[in-house]
Amino acid sequence: MLRFLTRRVIGAAVILVIISGVTFFLFFVIPADPARLACGKVCPPETLAQARHNLGLDQPVVVQFVSWLGGIFFGRNYEGLGTCPAPCLGYSFVNRAPVFETIIDRLPVTIALTIGASVIFLTFGVATGILAALRQGKPLDKIASISSLVGASMQIYFVGTLAMYFFVYQAHIFPQPKYIPITQDPLGWFGGLLLPWIVLAIIFTANYTRMTRSTMVENLAEDYVRTARAKGMSGRSVVLRFALRGTLTPIITIFGVDLGQLIGGAIITETTFGLQGIGRLSVRAVDNSDLPTLMATVLVAAGAIVVMNIVVDALYAVIDPRVRLS
Amino acid sequence: MFLEVNELTVDFHTEDGVVHAVDRLSFQVEQGTTLGIVGESGSGKSVTNLAVLGLHNPETAKISGSITFDGQELIGASRSTMERLRGDRIAMIFQDPLTSLSPFHTIGAQIAEVYRKHRGVSRSSARDRAIEMLDRVGIPQPKVRVDDYPHQFSGGMRQRAMIAMALVCDPGLLIADEPTTALDVTVQAQILDLLSELQEQSGTAIVLITHDLGVVANTAHDVLVMYAGRAVERGTMHEVLREPRHPYTWGLLGSMPSLRRPVDLPLEPVRGTPPSLINLPSGCPFHPRCDYMKLLGKEVCAGDRPELAPEHGHGDACYLTLKQKAEQRRRPVEETK
Repeated sequence: MLRFLTRRVIGAAVILVIISGVTFFLFFVIPADPARLACGKVCPPETLAQARHNLGLDQPVVVQFVSWLGGIFFGRNYEGLGTCPAPCLGYSFVNRAPVFETIIDRLPVTIALTIGASVIFLTFGVATGILAALRQGKPLDKIASISSLVGASMQIYFVGTLAMYFFVYQAHIFPQPKYIPITQDPLGWFGGLLLPWIVLAIIFTANYTRMTRSTMVENLAEDYVRTARAKGMSGRSVVLRFALRGTLTPIITIFGVDLGQLIGGAIITETTFGLQGIGRLSVRAVDNSDLPTLMATVLVAAGAIVVMNIVVDALYAVIDPRVRLS
Repeated sequence: MFLEVNELTVDFHTEDGVVHAVDRLSFQVEQGTTLGIVGESGSGKSVTNLAVLGLHNPETAKISGSITFDGQELIGASRSTMERLRGDRIAMIFQDPLTSLSPFHTIGAQIAEVYRKHRGVSRSSARDRAIEMLDRVGIPQPKVRVDDYPHQFSGGMRQRAMIAMALVCDPGLLIADEPTTALDVTVQAQILDLLSELQEQSGTAIVLITHDLGVVANTAHDVLVMYAGRAVERGTMHEVLREPRHPYTWGLLGSMPSLRRPVDLPLEPVRGTPPSLINLPSGCPFHPRCDYMKLLGKEVCAGDRPELAPEHGHGDACYLTLKQKAEQRRRPVEETK
């Protein structure tokens, strides 16, 4: 297990460097000048040149990339702007702050949004999937299939906007979505995120219902499930201990991908509900040609996917002992 | 009688029509004996035994008739009654031990959970019992192997583990559904010996489902030959194998390679294919494949269905008289064509 993890973590680091590199070089293709932004509205040529020099923009792209990478481990010193301690993801000319601080500020919003929604869609998706599989062809199965089809074809900006209009502005059932740190006010944290969680979950549940149902149907027909019944195991134990076990692998697989993507930025959800998370941040960074911030959000997104992949692979071995040997 | 099946009928309602998987089947098994049920694939052997355990989906399978086990009626018994019986008093082992054992749980856990479920003992004593059972079925180093997963066992060891799991509660009846089909020939013999040995120790009645008459010859006391969901011949092992009466049994025996048979004599497969269970031939279901129909004429064979004599002892479901059968059996196969 340790060897597996070491190997995977090294691989992940390589992937992240490659992704950062590609993003970095692509940025220089865009006709935008970060120095101009840093310089301000009235910008004489000397000041612009100075800004360009201070930001290291007058150096070759490769050197800039290496300094950026080095900053993550050793920190950087920007002349005229101040120091950026390690881990330094760069200094944002737009926010006038080290990017790392902004990321640390925004990440809890996105993580809270992701985890809350995951709990809901995982619980509901898997539960309805199991029930639908057990009642194949019955009304419950049909309701589950139809509603998951409807759910899967919904878009956040549509459901979210409708939900905001009806439940927040008209009926006042939910408070205005906002992020309050859990340490400050746990109830406010919960209330402020509840609607975004539910809306996000509506979209995602469908996938889990369908996946769980189809694998569960297959697993219920497995020989070892029949053996479990032939041993006198109760119906519940047959379903939960035997049939569900084989269903976990595909669920974990898609869950890993979904979780990684959501942490990388639920861009539309955050925009719809006005939550200041990583997703919003990345959109702003693109708008403002804010390379350091953009790089950081890309890194968070890629990092989330890569980490989730490792976690999922490690979980395979926990779920299925046959994976351990190979 | 320990297990008594009377007029058991199992129909499956499918989109294509009603599948008559088992049709008015009756047989008995006495305590401590082995009944071999023989037949081709689709002859209703497994369906019958899944019905004994009540493992059919009640929504698709329509079951009628009577199955009494130790005096208790099983058809229509409540779910909790069946759950209490399964694994405890009636146990089953299946054809492919790899797919029949859960890949997610250790061998020991799978054996121990049956014991815990039915005996309500502690985890540790159930584990001790699992080790004891693995030892009994001949797994080397049972204390170590108890924590292995099925994929770490060889095919023969897996089937031994299945047997250990089935016998952990000392069941009165063991149903073995093609227990050796997925195994090497050498391992087959070991498993069959093991079953016989365990039967001698515990007096368990065994229903052995197989398509292999060799397996029956080794282990069964009584034999029931099934064709298209019906019993076509019944008798003791010696009666059925030495003086087979039904043309289908003749066919089965003729298609079996044997060391005693002249090497140049070709195997005689039963010609044709088993009938569709949705659209069974009228009369004797075997008549379209039967070489001896011409002795009686199609009107007889396709007319009323021949019944297996209801009394015990050697019997078959065929209109040929015993004299006719004796004559036919004495003749070399070629002459009957």
